[in-house]
Amino acid sequence: MVTRKSAVDKTSLHKPVVMTDLKGQTLVTLRTLTEDNPASLETYIKLGGYSALRRIVTEKTKATDIITEVKTSGLRGRGGAGFPTGLKWSFMPRYFDGVKYLVCNSDEGEPGTFKDRDIIRYNPHQLIEGMAIAAYTLGARVGYNYIHGEIWQDYEIFEAALHEAEAAGYLGENILGTNFNFDLYAVHGYGAYICGEETALIESIEGKKGQPRFKPPFPASYGVFGKPTNVNNTESYSSIPWILEHGGQAFADLGVPNSGGTKLFSVSGHVEKPGNYEVKMGTPFSELLELAGGIWKGRKLKAVIPGGPSTPVMPAEAIMAATMDYEGLSKARSSLGAGSMIVMDETTCMVKALHRLSYFFYEESCGQCTPCREGTGWVYRVIDRIVNGKGKMEDLDLLTDVSNNIAGRTICALGEAAATPVLSFIKHFRPEFEYYIQHGKSMVESQ
Amino acid sequence: MLNIEIDGKELEVEHGSTIIDAADKAGIAIPRFCYHPKLSVAANCRMCLVQVEKFNKPLPACATPVADGMRIFTRSKSAIEAQKSVMEFLLINHPLDCPICDQGGECDLQDIAVAYGTSGSRYTEEKRVVFNKNIGPLVSTDMTRCIQCTRCVRFLKEVGGMMELGMVGRGEHAEITAYVDKSVNSELSGNIIDLCPVGALTSKPYRYSARSWELTRRPSIAPHDGLGSHIEVHVKDNKVMRVLPREKESINECWLSDRDRFSYEGLNSPDRLKVPMIKHNGNWVETDWKTALEFAAGQIKDITNEHGAESLGVLVSPNSTMEEGYLAKKLADGLGCGNVDYRLRQTDFRLDGKRLGTPWMGCNIQEIEELDRILIIGSNLRNEHPLLAQRFRKAVANGAELSIISPLDNDPLMDIAHKVIVRPNDMVNVLGQVLKAMSGLQKLSLCLPPTLTQLLSDIKVRPNTQAIAESMAGHGETYDLISPKVGIFLGNMALSDPRFTEMYSMAEAIGGISGAKGGILPAAANSTGMHMLGVMPNSTGMHARAMLEVPRKAYLLVNIEPELDCQHAALAKAAMEKAECVVALTAFKSQALEHADVLLPIAPFTETSGTFMSMEGRVQSFTAVTRPLGECRPAWKVLRVLANTLGLRGFDYETSEQVKDAAFEGEKPSAVVWRSLNNNLKELVEIQINIKQEGLQRIGEVPQYESDPIVRRSTPLQKTKYNIKPMARMCSSQLAELGLSDGDLVSVKQDKGSAVLTVKLDEHVAKGCVRVAAAHEDTIGLGDLMGDITVEKLSPELLKGDAIVPEARA
Amino acid sequence: MLSPQAIEKIDYELTKYPADQRQAAVMSALRIVQTERGWLSKESITEIAQYLRMPEIAAMEVASFYNMYDLSPVGKYKITICTNISCMLRDSDVIVNHLKTKLSVGFNEVTPDGKFCLKEGECMGCCGGAPLMHVNNTEMHEFLTVEKVDAILEELK
Repeated sequence: MVTRKSAVDKTSLHKPVVMTDLKGQTLVTLRTLTEDNPASLETYIKLGGYSALRRIVTEKTKATDIITEVKTSGLRGRGGAGFPTGLKWSFMPRYFDGVKYLVCNSDEGEPGTFKDRDIIRYNPHQLIEGMAIAAYTLGARVGYNYIHGEIWQDYEIFEAALHEAEAAGYLGENILGTNFNFDLYAVHGYGAYICGEETALIESIEGKKGQPRFKPPFPASYGVFGKPTNVNNTESYSSIPWILEHGGQAFADLGVPNSGGTKLFSVSGHVEKPGNYEVKMGTPFSELLELAGGIWKGRKLKAVIPGGPSTPVMPAEAIMAATMDYEGLSKARSSLGAGSMIVMDETTCMVKALHRLSYFFYEESCGQCTPCREGTGWVYRVIDRIVNGKGKMEDLDLLTDVSNNIAGRTICALGEAAATPVLSFIKHFRPEFEYYIQHGKSMVESQ
Repeated sequence: MLNIEIDGKELEVEHGSTIIDAADKAGIAIPRFCYHPKLSVAANCRMCLVQVEKFNKPLPACATPVADGMRIFTRSKSAIEAQKSVMEFLLINHPLDCPICDQGGECDLQDIAVAYGTSGSRYTEEKRVVFNKNIGPLVSTDMTRCIQCTRCVRFLKEVGGMMELGMVGRGEHAEITAYVDKSVNSELSGNIIDLCPVGALTSKPYRYSARSWELTRRPSIAPHDGLGSHIEVHVKDNKVMRVLPREKESINECWLSDRDRFSYEGLNSPDRLKVPMIKHNGNWVETDWKTALEFAAGQIKDITNEHGAESLGVLVSPNSTMEEGYLAKKLADGLGCGNVDYRLRQTDFRLDGKRLGTPWMGCNIQEIEELDRILIIGSNLRNEHPLLAQRFRKAVANGAELSIISPLDNDPLMDIAHKVIVRPNDMVNVLGQVLKAMSGLQKLSLCLPPTLTQLLSDIKVRPNTQAIAESMAGHGETYDLISPKVGIFLGNMALSDPRFTEMYSMAEAIGGISGAKGGILPAAANSTGMHMLGVMPNSTGMHARAMLEVPRKAYLLVNIEPELDCQHAALAKAAMEKAECVVALTAFKSQALEHADVLLPIAPFTETSGTFMSMEGRVQSFTAVTRPLGECRPAWKVLRVLANTLGLRGFDYETSEQVKDAAFEGEKPSAVVWRSLNNNLKELVEIQINIKQEGLQRIGEVPQYESDPIVRRSTPLQKTKYNIKPMARMCSSQLAELGLSDGDLVSVKQDKGSAVLTVKLDEHVAKGCVRVAAAHEDTIGLGDLMGDITVEKLSPELLKGDAIVPEARA
Repeated sequence: MLSPQAIEKIDYELTKYPADQRQAAVMSALRIVQTERGWLSKESITEIAQYLRMPEIAAMEVASFYNMYDLSPVGKYKITICTNISCMLRDSDVIVNHLKTKLSVGFNEVTPDGKFCLKEGECMGCCGGAPLMHVNNTEMHEFLTVEKVDAILEELK
């Protein structure tokens, strides 16, 4: 019999390098960053960690009360879809003859998204506590945290944290001396963007190709190994302990109506200080940009993809006027997504940027359903032709048309995700595309 | 019931239906590629997108369950736009090589493209090319044509029971393939040809031989196993070009086993006998029908006149039609000869005269799916009844518990709840244990006849047999079934066993206690029919085995190759050698008929009309799909004229229908069947349970592609991996005990005969057994399929310079 | 034959799943064997499939679907460099060109001495540290500059 302890060396709980300036941030999910050894159990407990779990399991708080608290908090799914977490929890069948599962989606791989990684490596125990509370609430016996395969060192940190938590009685059997049992395991992806889609992720946990399932049935009724399963994003679970420590209303009050709490924004691209910034929902983009040190090299902002490539690109004026919350960005005709701000300065060639993005979706399409499998390749090839100077003016309408034919006709949302950049780039930067087609070279780079 | 509306048509549909089900039932056409009613829903092709009120995106009809009040539009602007866009996507990487594609004319993609495609393409980029795979001798691949619908993958996994194909890679690079260089070995593999909606998977034997519109399609019945599958024979220029399944939900559904699909290649074999032949001074001479029949009749008459009618033996293939069996029997009767039999691979006839009726499978084929508990005794299901195995697979997938008692541990590709793998001889004891355990469980031991209770008294129930008994009784791990539907079936290995009587009696008793359905799973297309017509010895006649043990002076063989089709190859061969006259009605010239004196060319099933009765008692007639080859004649006609030539009365039939009417005595076949099928015994047969048997026992399985003369001549089937030379297969502990290792050459002996075989390690064989395949020229020197056998290692010196090393068959 | 060390690690992964779901461990098993042997040959995949009692083709489906599994030899050090948008915006092209010149290989090629293989990766979820690469699927190197790349390569020699 192999024990869980043997596989991971605890020494891998190394001291991380804190990369962003904490000034101006409101730390909820990354609260341990103020300390020297943020990932350790000791640090987390010192900051009040595991107190919510302890209270709930010893007081035997009613599941419905917890769900109500989460609903009050206004927490919405932080993986990108923004579905209210409390509502999602209420979909899990209460009574089920068998094991129910809890899954954490830490498979962030949408370009520009790297927030969950910091939770895993800097504050793993808050995620563990959040999952344990969710498991208690939903009656899940087993949980899996599915971690992006590329961040292997962080996977090891998390697995070590699991052993630490189990040894301290926060996981496993008879948690904190009660009759609550919950086994939590780390599992990993190995290079497939699509596994960020929750049903593809479930397939992957089962040891299969990450091909999304057709829904319904939803994971709440047919998830891991065909059993009821709740899937949330890392940041969502990590918000739970804070909500139960301070109350749902306090969390809601951190943000703005319909967007409760704080949000981790991953800022990448042309800024001076790329990194994660945890700020209150509703923070103006301009403030966030300031935290990230502004546009690099003293250049001007050209455009931002606010929530990862599956959200529409926004020209500078639009984003500078927007606030960072679900409604703020939706009003500005884009979407918060996972809060992955890809910042592009004035030197960026939008044709080439789209070229790279279309290659990504072409490369990452799982190949299961026709519009995405065939359409992403078609789109990429046309843009590739344009970039190689062989574009035709009618290609722009063709691209729009093909993208519209992919969107909304696929099994999962990758269809929309692949269509969005094409449609939004052409919509906002059409003259750049036309210039490229006419001159066979980039407008920006020619200047 | 739910009320919905499709294209303005109001419909009442069952709860749980999908849109496509509802539309199909209402006759509203929705295009589709990946959806298949017999497979899991993949929803990947997206061709069936339809518009549903209140949904802003089109939904796949195949995967969307209907809800009350749903309004669905299959031809609205949004639906058609979606469908057309999917069609466009499907075609951008499709080679459009229809003129050279075998699927042309029967291609879903082609047909749907006509309705939903455009005349030109907006796609001007390079098209994808996918390398072809060699997946075996039956299915040909053109993978560039593949549209990734995964029907083939799902079929092999879900229906075939083994995932032999997969879609590797991802995105546009995803392609269907078998594992690295493996082939697809499912005995149901041909069905993926039918399932493929494009020309990616086509029939290798049929490839490039005809266009679908040149073919005439004629219905028939599959002639190789007892299922009675419905087939459609495709004919061009009086030649069978291919065989496809004809949908029959209650029998073969929409499937066909590879044996039934590809055996037709045997019909076109160069071995076909086209003219009558007589042996003259040891040489075969072609002759005309009249001469041949007069010669045959003269010989039979002379011999029976001189030595009495009992000097004749009539052996009829259980794959022959009812008409042929009836006439063979009637001819023997006319001569006053009681020696007629179709049970060529049986050795235990102790139940003769003790039965209340014709033994059969004891339930409908379809009912198997509904069973809760199944016990299979002495059957290698996939080998014996490839398509029936699939019904059992469905039952198990539905939650049935399967128990197996067998000398072979072959994987049936379904979950086995309990199994006992023992020597054939010990199977009786195991069954006794199950019976004892069951009677104990139900506290019904008093209901067993005292003789049986006495027999069981010394038997010790072991845990594994106890588990089988509990399963049969409906006991479960988490909950018990109060009145489980139980099925008990005996397969070929039990039917061929010298202790069949014991096995049958035990099974009947277990069935009685558990209220089970079930019976025997006879091997051939017409075994049940032959029994019902009484193509068996009369009370003074000899059964098939006796006719060979005590050789007859003359034999009339109907559609058999004696050494390959009989239980005891060596006896059969010796008997034919010794006989003064052997008259063989045969479709093929054969080494196995070298001792015959007259060969009368008969028509195989495609060239004659006739009737088979399946294992479930279904009487199914068919007509000829081609004219007889050369001077071949339907066997019923040959028997009729032979009888006429013999001067027998009452053989005036003009048509096979008249023969059939006579066989059923003018009654409706179903009435006769209803009256006849009965698995019960009139009386308990005296049996012994615990017989100690020390030596090795042979398991003489008939490989599925060696089962009858047609199959043996189908080149593509012979090229499959199932066609392996007979070897002496034993498990490792047996090899160790005998001091043998894999690859050694051994001499195996049964009775006076022997064969030199290579030793093969086979962990699926019970200890104490040697698995040596039958129905093969290498083993025609051997005896009983299931009987004593010895194995002796050949020293290398002995082999030197000697030509007894068996050559590997390519 | 899987090594005892690999089996021990796979057995540990198996403890995460119900006993009748051995296939679930295939992602880890492939990783473990790849780490040990450098890449996944068809023999390796067969051994894993047999150990997990799953169809070989299903194991192959998985191995070919996730792009961190290598189905052909990749040399001693596989360098995977992200070229996706956030990295591209921070001049990953410069790093790619430098690596290509320095190692004299293109993407998916192995240096003649069998030491290095260069792969183009998709987003690794660390875009804040762009441009970045990882070595042998485990060691992440962020904020790359030409000088930093040289130092890393030097260390790998």
